[in-house]
Amino acid sequence: MNSLRRLSAILMKEFMQLRRDRMTFAMVVMIPLVQLVLFGYAINTNVRGIPVAVVDQSGSAVSRILQQTVAATQVVDFVQRLDSVEEAQAAIKGARVRAALIIPRDLASRLARSASVGLATPPATNSETSRPLAQWIVDGSDTMIASAIKSLRSMPMNELLRQSANRSTPTFEVALFFNPEQRTVVNIVPGLVAVILTMTMIMFTSAAIVRETERGNMEMLINTPVKPIELMVGKIIPYIFIGLIQTAIIIGLGALVFNVPFNGSMGALVSGTLLFIAASLSLGLLFSTLAENQLQAMQMTVFVLMPSILLSGFMFPYEGMPVPAQYVAELLPATHFMRIVRGVCLRDADLLDLQYDSLWLFGFFVLGMALAALRFKKRLG
Amino acid sequence: MSDVVVRTSGLTRKFGKLTAVNDVDLEIHRGTIYGFLGPNGCGKTTAMRMLTGLLIPTSGSVEVLGQELPKNAEKLKYRTGYMTQTFSLYRDLTVRENLQFVSKIFGLGRRDGKLRIDDLLDRYQLDDLADQIAGRMSGGQRQRLALACAVLHKPDLLFLDEPTSAVDPESRRDFWEKLFDLSDGGTTIVVSTHFMDEAERCHRIAILEKGHKRADGSPTELMQQMQTNVLEVEGDDLRGLRKTLMVLPEVRSAAQIGARLRVLVQKSVQDPVSWIKTLPEAGHITLLEQVRPNLEDVFVTNTHGPEDTLASTRDGEVGQ
Repeated sequence: MNSLRRLSAILMKEFMQLRRDRMTFAMVVMIPLVQLVLFGYAINTNVRGIPVAVVDQSGSAVSRILQQTVAATQVVDFVQRLDSVEEAQAAIKGARVRAALIIPRDLASRLARSASVGLATPPATNSETSRPLAQWIVDGSDTMIASAIKSLRSMPMNELLRQSANRSTPTFEVALFFNPEQRTVVNIVPGLVAVILTMTMIMFTSAAIVRETERGNMEMLINTPVKPIELMVGKIIPYIFIGLIQTAIIIGLGALVFNVPFNGSMGALVSGTLLFIAASLSLGLLFSTLAENQLQAMQMTVFVLMPSILLSGFMFPYEGMPVPAQYVAELLPATHFMRIVRGVCLRDADLLDLQYDSLWLFGFFVLGMALAALRFKKRLG
Repeated sequence: MSDVVVRTSGLTRKFGKLTAVNDVDLEIHRGTIYGFLGPNGCGKTTAMRMLTGLLIPTSGSVEVLGQELPKNAEKLKYRTGYMTQTFSLYRDLTVRENLQFVSKIFGLGRRDGKLRIDDLLDRYQLDDLADQIAGRMSGGQRQRLALACAVLHKPDLLFLDEPTSAVDPESRRDFWEKLFDLSDGGTTIVVSTHFMDEAERCHRIAILEKGHKRADGSPTELMQQMQTNVLEVEGDDLRGLRKTLMVLPEVRSAAQIGARLRVLVQKSVQDPVSWIKTLPEAGHITLLEQVRPNLEDVFVTNTHGPEDTLASTRDGEVGQ
């Protein structure tokens, strides 16, 4: 009874302080808002409008049609016409363009014999007829840009001769589930929940508790009947609410602004998020027992935040990473929650489908709390 | 229950190689204001923390309010109050909110808590400040709030760690009036300080130096028991005279106070006035008289290395 009363005293105090701390309060709402809008608009793996130059040595009507056909894909944007290949190379070096299309003098004859226009079926060994129409020189240092231009390599040329290309039957039929339009934002928005919660949950809790020590409040508190566990729980609960509010903002606005589908069940989302919040808070608590001041708490948060953004699968697919990096990623709560939140939001999975990740988060929470409680006690003694 | 509120024997606390408190025996009686007097780093705070059960003694025993420490520390939290050296309440809460927080922590019900808080606001002149944010108040106002919070649960024993080091002299006077009120009501108060005038107000004081207890008694007793006589000297070239006096084994200390030199001469010298007159430098002296000792003289006489202890108390007074 007394214990509950003390807990509620700490809770009330925490809410009052939070209400008065305009900066933190603003951050709670602004972080998800701003990041959602920024990342939602900014992160796009479908590259479009790459600035390129053209060196048109043919100067014919066909070459102009070829350029228009390429421009119509919207992958590239012709911003410069140059006279020689050397100039094109200089332009790439000077970062004025990312690539250059070199159209040879004999474009018309290459076109006439090209297999891709389907005038005839030439023998494959005939070097005369298997020559490409033109050449791209590309700044290949950014692999995304390079592969976007590489995707133009076998673009159909039917427009060029107003004739249908020789239809080739694809080797595979591909059916895209969950994100058929291939919009990056569909994958980014649920992932953003994991990133933002990692940031705010760990940072706010560790800083909040360290602040208590830093300002000397702890010295007063340990001379009262407050027990360490009451203090810990009392300080954590407000942040659970904050975490849920942030999740609601991201998922809700994601659906509203970016039209990101929410296919899953609310129950699964809330329970999965609570698991992750619990795991993050226990990590924040642990940090608070290690850090001596708020700056150190912040540094420790960044130490976890960076890999949580880069290795968790938020930016790059987990499967694409080398195995040792996967082990590291596996340690981060964000990696597991990334799978849960995307699974629930996009694929209507429930926690049973994702039991490995759910159990892992739960284990992390239990371990983190145990370690934090252990260290917390020592400091009071 | 016995009249002794705090009793320690052989109380010792080591931090690594440093012995912060060394073999201290204390006996503090109900209703007294008991002072720990000593320079910074003499072990005042460490001793106090052991008495509240915050620190576990390396050796020795502590008994507070009939309970053995540190075993029964939690039980005692309801009967003791502690006011920290630096302001340790929430700076972003108002006066009333801070009091409400402490009241809930100590398990006072809504009605009891409200009555008690109103009473305290009135008693500590915080009425007008009730809705003021604690962080925006002056040192003296914060001090009153801290005291109000420390006594909210009506403790039998109150610990104050350098309570007035951050407040002006007038607030300090007011503060001590409050302490005497509390003491009058039966509360035992243990206060640490490095101010001589503050120590002088205590019923009893213990002089601590480098972890040792050097003297223990009421200020008057201590002055009477002092092993030196106090002389004041006026004259030309006081700095030169001081240098000469300092090397004499009979002279415990010589410190300049304004235009006078205050000299502590061992009691072994029968007639200190004529003794000084026999010194070769006595020619410069224009006035020489024996005066009543004060607590600073007691402190200097009872601590080793008169030079550096004096310097550090002075520093403390200026610095804080």
